[in-house]
Amino acid sequence: MSGFPILSLMLAVPLAAALACLFLEAKAARTLALVATLVDFALGVVLWLNFDVGGAQWQFTERLEIFSGFSWALGIDGIALLLIMLSVFLMPICIGASRSIEKRVGEYMAAFLLVETLMLGVFMAQDIFLFYMFFEAGLIPMYLIIGIWGGADRIYASYKFFLYTLLGSVLMLVAMLWMVHTAGTTDVPTLMAYDFAPSVQTWLWLAFFASFAVKMPMWPVHTWLPAAHVQAPTAGSVILAGVLLKMGGYGFIRFSLPMFPEASAYFGPLVWGLSMAAVVITSLIALVQNDMKKLIAYSSVAHMAIVTLGLFAFNVQGLEGSMLVMLSHGLVSGALFLCVGVIYDRLHTREIDRYGGLAINMPRYALFFLLFTMASIGLPGTSGFVGEFLSLGGIYQVSTWAALIGTTGIILGAAYMLFLYRRVVFGEQKNADAAAMPDLDTRELLMVVPLGLAVMWMGVYPESFIAPMRADIAALDARLARAKPHGDSAPTTGKAKPAHAESAAHGGSH
Amino acid sequence: MDWSHSLRLIAPEETLSIAGLILLLLAAWGGDKASRLISILAVAALVGATALVAPALCGGAMGADTSAFFGQFRADAFSSYAKILIYLSAAVTLVVAPAFFERTAAMRAEFPVLIVFAALGSGMMVSASDLLTLYVGLEMNSLAAYVLAAFVRTDGRSAEAGLKYFVLGALASGILLFGMSLTYGFTGTTSFDGINAALAGGLSNGAVFGIVFMLAGLAFKISAVPFHMWTPDVYEGAPTPVTTFFATSGKVAAVGLTMRVLLDAFGDQAAAWRQIIVFIALASIIVGALGAIGQKNIKRLMAYSSINNVGFILVGLATANVQGASAMLFYMALYVAMSLGGFVAILMLKDEAGRPVEDIQSLGGLSRTRPGLALALAIVMFSLAGIPPLFGFWGKFLVFQAAVEADLMALAFIGFAASVIGAFYYLKVVKIIYFDEPVNAVTGESDVWHKAILVVTCLIMSPLGYLLTRWLSGLTDTAATALFFTS
Repeated sequence: MSGFPILSLMLAVPLAAALACLFLEAKAARTLALVATLVDFALGVVLWLNFDVGGAQWQFTERLEIFSGFSWALGIDGIALLLIMLSVFLMPICIGASRSIEKRVGEYMAAFLLVETLMLGVFMAQDIFLFYMFFEAGLIPMYLIIGIWGGADRIYASYKFFLYTLLGSVLMLVAMLWMVHTAGTTDVPTLMAYDFAPSVQTWLWLAFFASFAVKMPMWPVHTWLPAAHVQAPTAGSVILAGVLLKMGGYGFIRFSLPMFPEASAYFGPLVWGLSMAAVVITSLIALVQNDMKKLIAYSSVAHMAIVTLGLFAFNVQGLEGSMLVMLSHGLVSGALFLCVGVIYDRLHTREIDRYGGLAINMPRYALFFLLFTMASIGLPGTSGFVGEFLSLGGIYQVSTWAALIGTTGIILGAAYMLFLYRRVVFGEQKNADAAAMPDLDTRELLMVVPLGLAVMWMGVYPESFIAPMRADIAALDARLARAKPHGDSAPTTGKAKPAHAESAAHGGSH
Repeated sequence: MDWSHSLRLIAPEETLSIAGLILLLLAAWGGDKASRLISILAVAALVGATALVAPALCGGAMGADTSAFFGQFRADAFSSYAKILIYLSAAVTLVVAPAFFERTAAMRAEFPVLIVFAALGSGMMVSASDLLTLYVGLEMNSLAAYVLAAFVRTDGRSAEAGLKYFVLGALASGILLFGMSLTYGFTGTTSFDGINAALAGGLSNGAVFGIVFMLAGLAFKISAVPFHMWTPDVYEGAPTPVTTFFATSGKVAAVGLTMRVLLDAFGDQAAAWRQIIVFIALASIIVGALGAIGQKNIKRLMAYSSINNVGFILVGLATANVQGASAMLFYMALYVAMSLGGFVAILMLKDEAGRPVEDIQSLGGLSRTRPGLALALAIVMFSLAGIPPLFGFWGKFLVFQAAVEADLMALAFIGFAASVIGAFYYLKVVKIIYFDEPVNAVTGESDVWHKAILVVTCLIMSPLGYLLTRWLSGLTDTAATALFFTS
C-alpha cells in the first residue's frame, strides 16, 4: 500500500495530545483536545477517500518487528474502516459535549484522547496480541472517566465495569495463547484462514464469547452497562454507547465467526436464544424506567441483540445488516445521550417526570430529539431502518422464530421511545424550571446537526456505507458457507423469497 | 580443576566480600558519621560486581567451564542474570535509604555493610550447585536480613518484625536442612549433578520426602502459600528501605535458588514436584489476592501483592521447561522494577514532619494534591495487576504462555481468572487516590533520588517497556538455557 504510515499517525495524534493535556490548563486542554480530535477526523476522511473499494482486502498495512512475541502490525479492511470513521466522527462531538465538566479538565481530556487512541488501535490491530492490548487497555481510562467524573453511584459502576470486562477478557487471552501456539502465528489475517479442529473450536469460541458477550453486552451479562452508562458523564456515555460497545460486535465479526465457523454454527441457537431474551426483556425494562439515561442504556442492549441476531444469521444480509445497525446505533444512541446531556446540563436531573412540554420552549431541541427517536425506532428514511431490516431479514432465512421475536424489539422500541418522547417533549409544561430552559445554543447545534445529517445519509443512501465492506462481508460469508445452518423458513417456491430479497436490496443498494 | 580458574569465576563474590570487610573496618573506626561515605563505597562495590558478572550473561556462559570449586559453585548465565538483578536492587536500596533514616537519625554505618553481605549471600544462593553452597549462601543472606528487619532499634514494630523473621526463618531453615539431609541420605551426594544422576533410576519414598521438605523450606523463603504468614508482618514492620530490599533482591535470590534446586537437582523428577508447585502457585495467587482486599496499610498490601506475584512466577516453574524458566526470569526483572517503583513511591508518602504515611485511606485524593506521585502509584498498581498496556502484563503473559504451551490449560485458566480477584484491590488503591476527596495527609517533600528512581521505574513499567522485550527476552532465554544445560 502507500508507504505513509497513516494508521500509526492516527494513533499518535490523540496519544501525543493526551500526554500534553495532562500538563495544560483547562481552557488550553479543551482547545487542544478539540483540535486533536478534529485532526484525527480529517485523517479519517483522508483514509476513507484513499481506501480502494474492491481493492486488496487489507489496506494501509504496516508491520514493525520491534517486540518479541508480537509485532506492531496495523491494517484495515472495509469493516474496520467504517468503525474507525464512526470513532473519529464521534470524538470531536464528545469533546464538545464536555463543556459541563469543570473539575480536572486536563486529566479528563487526556483520558478521552487515550480512549480514542485505544479504540482506534482495536480496529486497526492485525496482530492478535496487539489487539488484546488495545482491547484491554481501554479499561483503564474508562475506569477513571466513570469513577472521577461520574454521577452519585460512580464507584460501584466503575468497579463493575472494570471487573466484569476483565474477567471476560482474561479467558479470551488463554484461548489466544492456545491458538497462537497451535497455528504458530500471531497474524490475524492468517489466523482468520486457519482451520482449527472443530472439537477445540467449541472451547475457543466459548472463551472468546465470554469476552465479547460482556463487551457487547448480551443478556444476561449486560448489567454493567446501565450502571456505567447512567453514572458516566455525557461524553462518556456517548463514547461508551457509540464505539466501545461496537468492540464486542467487531470481535465477533473479526474473530469468532471467521476463526471458528463450525463452533459459531453450533452455538448459533444459543446466541439466538440470548438475543431473543434480550430483545424482549430489556425492552420491557426500558419501558418502565424513570431515568432517561437508563432507558437509553437498556435500549442499547436491545439493539445490540439485533446485531447478534444478524451476525449469527450466516448470510450476507444478516452480516451487512448487523454492521449497519452497529454504525447506526453508534450515531443514534450517541445522539440520544447527547440530547439527554443537553437538558441534564440545564436542570441537573435525568428524571423523566421533571421535564415535560419542552416542545414549547425548546422547539429546535424537540426537532432533533424527534429525529433521533425515530432513528432509534427504525423509521424508514433513517439509519435505524436499513440495518434492522437487513438483520431481521437475514435471520428470517435461518430461523423464523428468532426473526419473529426479534421484530417485537422494534415494536417495543417504538413503545418505549415514543413514551419517553411524549413525557419529555409533549404534554403541558408542568415544571416551571423545565419550562424556562433555553433552546439549543450554537455549540449544541454544532454537535447534533452533523449527527442528524449522518443519520439521514445512512438512512437514504446506505450504499456509501455498504460499498467499502461488501467484499469483506462476501469473503466472510464464503468462509462461513461450509458451516451454514439449514434455515427453517424453507422457501419452497421461488415466490416468497425474491420479494424478500428484493426489498432488502431495495434498502441496501439504492 | 585449578584454583585460579575457580577464583576467577567468583570474582564478583570476592569483590563484595573484600569490600564488605573493608567497609566494616571503616564503620568500626569511622562510626555513624562515615555512613554516607560507606554507602557510596558500597554502591560502587555493588555496581562493580554487576559489571563483573555481566560478561557471563552476555557471553551466554554455560557448561563445565562455569563450574568452580569441584562443582560447588556455578557462575553461568543464569546466575549472572539473577545476580545483576540482586546487586542492582541492593544498590538502589542503598540509594533510597538515607532519606528515610535521616528523620530519626537511625542511619548507621552498619546498614550498607549488612546490605552488601546480604547481597553476597543472595548471589551465592543463585550460584549454588551443591546443597552445602546453597545452605551457606542462604544463611549468609538470612542472618544479615534478620538484623536488617530489626534495624530501627527504637521502633517496636521493627523489632517485632526482626524477631518474627528470625524465629520463623530459623524454623524454615531447619525444615530445609531436614529435607537436605534426607536427600543426601537417599542419594549419597550433595552435589546437584550427583543428585540428578542418583535419582535417574526412579524416586524412592525417602527422596520424595526430601523434595517435599526442601520445597517447604524454599516456599518459606519465597513467601509462597502456605508458608507466607510471616510476610505481611515483616514487610509492615521492617523499615521501608529494608522491605524494598526483601521484596526485590531477597525475592530474586529465593526464586533463583528454588529454580536451581528443582530444575537442576530434581530436574528429571518434574512429575514428582509439579503438582506441589501447581498447588502453591494457585494458592499463592488466590490467598495473596483475597488477603490483600482487607488491608489498611499499604506496606501490608504490597506484602500480599508479593505473595500473589510469587504465585504467578511459580506458574512458569510448573512447566519445568526452558520456556517457563525464561518467562520466570522475565517476570522477576519486571517484578523487581515494579517493586522498586512501588516501594520508592511509598517512601515518598510522608507528612509535613517527614513521618511515613502508610495508611491507605490517607492517600485519598492524592491525585489532586500530588498528581505526579499519584500517577506513579497508579502505574505501579495497574502494572502489578497486569492490565495492558502496562509492562507488568507481559510478565503474566509470558508465564501463562509457557503454561499453555506445556498443556497446563487448567492452571492457566484458574490462574488468569484469579488474577481478576487481584485486580480488585489494586483498583481499590487507584480508587482512593483518584476518586476520593483529598485528605491532604501527604505533604512532605521528596528526596531527589527517590524521584529519579521512580521516574526510571515508571518508564520501564509504561508501554515504552515493550521496546525492551526483544533484548530482555534474549537475555532470559540465554539464562534459562544455561540453567538447563547438562554438561
